Amino acid sequence: MQFPGAKRWLLIGIALAILASYFAPQFNPYYLGVVIDVGIAIILATSLNLINGHTGQFSLGHAGFMAVGGYFSAWVSLNIGETATAFWYFPLSLIAGGLVAAVVGLLVGIPSLRLRGDYLAIVTLGFGEIIRVVAQNTEAVGAASGLKGIPELTNLGWTFGFAAITIYAISALVNSTYGRAFIAVHDDEIAAESNGVDTTRTKVTAFVTGAFFAGIAGGLYAHHKQFLSPTGFDWVKSIDIVVIVILGGMGRTVGVIAAAILLTLMPEVLRDFSEYRMIIYSLLIILLMLLRPAGLFSLIPTRRKSS
Amino acid sequence: MDFLQQTINGLGLGAIYALIALGYTMVYGVLRFINFAHSDVLMLGAFTAFYIAPKIEKMFGNQSVLGCIMVFVIAAALCACIGMTIERLAYRPLRNRPKLTVLITAIGVSLLIEYTAQNEKVIGASPQPFPQLLPEHAFQIGQKLIISSNDILTVAVTIVLLVAMWFIVQKTRVGTAMRAVSYNQQAALLMGVPVNRIISFTFGLGSALAAIAGILYSIRAPGIEPLMGVQPGLRAFVAAVLGGIGNLPGAVLGGVLLGLLETFAGGIPGLSNYRDAIAFAILILILLFKPAGLLGRSTVEKV
Repeated sequence: MQFPGAKRWLLIGIALAILASYFAPQFNPYYLGVVIDVGIAIILATSLNLINGHTGQFSLGHAGFMAVGGYFSAWVSLNIGETATAFWYFPLSLIAGGLVAAVVGLLVGIPSLRLRGDYLAIVTLGFGEIIRVVAQNTEAVGAASGLKGIPELTNLGWTFGFAAITIYAISALVNSTYGRAFIAVHDDEIAAESNGVDTTRTKVTAFVTGAFFAGIAGGLYAHHKQFLSPTGFDWVKSIDIVVIVILGGMGRTVGVIAAAILLTLMPEVLRDFSEYRMIIYSLLIILLMLLRPAGLFSLIPTRRKSS
Repeated sequence: MDFLQQTINGLGLGAIYALIALGYTMVYGVLRFINFAHSDVLMLGAFTAFYIAPKIEKMFGNQSVLGCIMVFVIAAALCACIGMTIERLAYRPLRNRPKLTVLITAIGVSLLIEYTAQNEKVIGASPQPFPQLLPEHAFQIGQKLIISSNDILTVAVTIVLLVAMWFIVQKTRVGTAMRAVSYNQQAALLMGVPVNRIISFTFGLGSALAAIAGILYSIRAPGIEPLMGVQPGLRAFVAAVLGGIGNLPGAVLGGVLLGLLETFAGGIPGLSNYRDAIAFAILILILLFKPAGLLGRSTVEKV
């Protein structure tokens, strides 16, 4: 996916977001909250798209990375005292959360990415569960009762600023010479390897980058909801993100962003049907895989070689 | 004595894991993918037993051996049909698609069953007590050692089923066909093996085992609910990988080992909170050091 004048779009996006955040107090707080949710979903979906879509590795543990980043930056905010009110503090704490998530991603990725699709799915699923169990048993982050009283630092500007950076960074990465390796691994791992692509390294790079941005999204989420509980990061949350990526079309940046917006707004509109939400999601997954494996928004059916 | 007691408890749990793991491993053998919906078939098996047990009791008398066998047979037969239906509707149309597509579909099927069952109009999310199928005895040996009749039942049923499985796979015509399909699907097809029917049969067999494992699991569990299959399912999967996926004796070995490890870990005070994480820690360790599993052979991918 080529972005014409991608850098310009990035700057415009960030400028708009910062401008909007100045007017934020005048908006209805409920709508403002939903819009921030959309921004966070875009970051999560775009970063997962790098792993699941562009690189073709199926990760089911994205909520785990989100939890790592969220808990870390929230914990820092709660323990740092006065400094938390400084302007420069918040982006730094988000990036710190992202870096911790990236380190965890590296630790999980190196052993598991030597494996093929289905193993990876289970290992990442298991990893997400381990994170949840650890969070549930760690007193420093509130154990099972959760982490309360996180300062509300997330606003439109930071959310969409980071969303724009995520989209830009990941598109730039995938479209770079180096990024061709992701697509090569996705299309045919054996062929990629015989052409000199270090497949494990490529997969780990995708995984770590995805984890980093998921960690940032986690930090935004923590300072938006002001409350973190381990059950909020169980594998249903991971599935939510996976559904967005599948619906948008794996490896299609614009489609995934559209799906992130759609699937975040839909439950808000259809509150009365919330008990059917997951049933609809699962049916959507099956039907899309059977009928439109390239995503809801794909106009031209693309055929990709089976691995 | 405490050590022996834990070993007995662990063996009972491990036997159940072994039964579930067999289903994973057989399906992996013929189709090379992980049937995520397997753990939900287990749950459906438990609920089938839950609903039919009162009716069976009326026919065969309260907690009779014959009634218990009938419950097992009906649940296994029904789940075999469910398993084959899932394969026919969701997996067969995707037979020649990328593996990732099939994997995602399997996760979708699993979620669909779980969340449909959790809906208040279908089964409901709250746990319900499982009916007692047989009168329970506890045999005391020595001072502290207690063996529950449920543990004996579990291990006995498992051994009978394992022998039956070994016989089906090694000695019968359909078992030979199963091995042929798992060895090389294309060649099996050329040799006149009805591949679709064999895959269907494999799903049926695996699902029947899952149903029986589900009932055995429910007898020990405090209550049954739509998500009850997830945890034993994941552990059984780990067991299958531990033993070497695609390898039937490996699945049994892995299941028993995992059951023992989990029970022992649960007995250590500091570790008991982390019980859920242990299986996955083991999984990551095996994948790091012996990806082919304990009994599996490492394969080289051919182009």
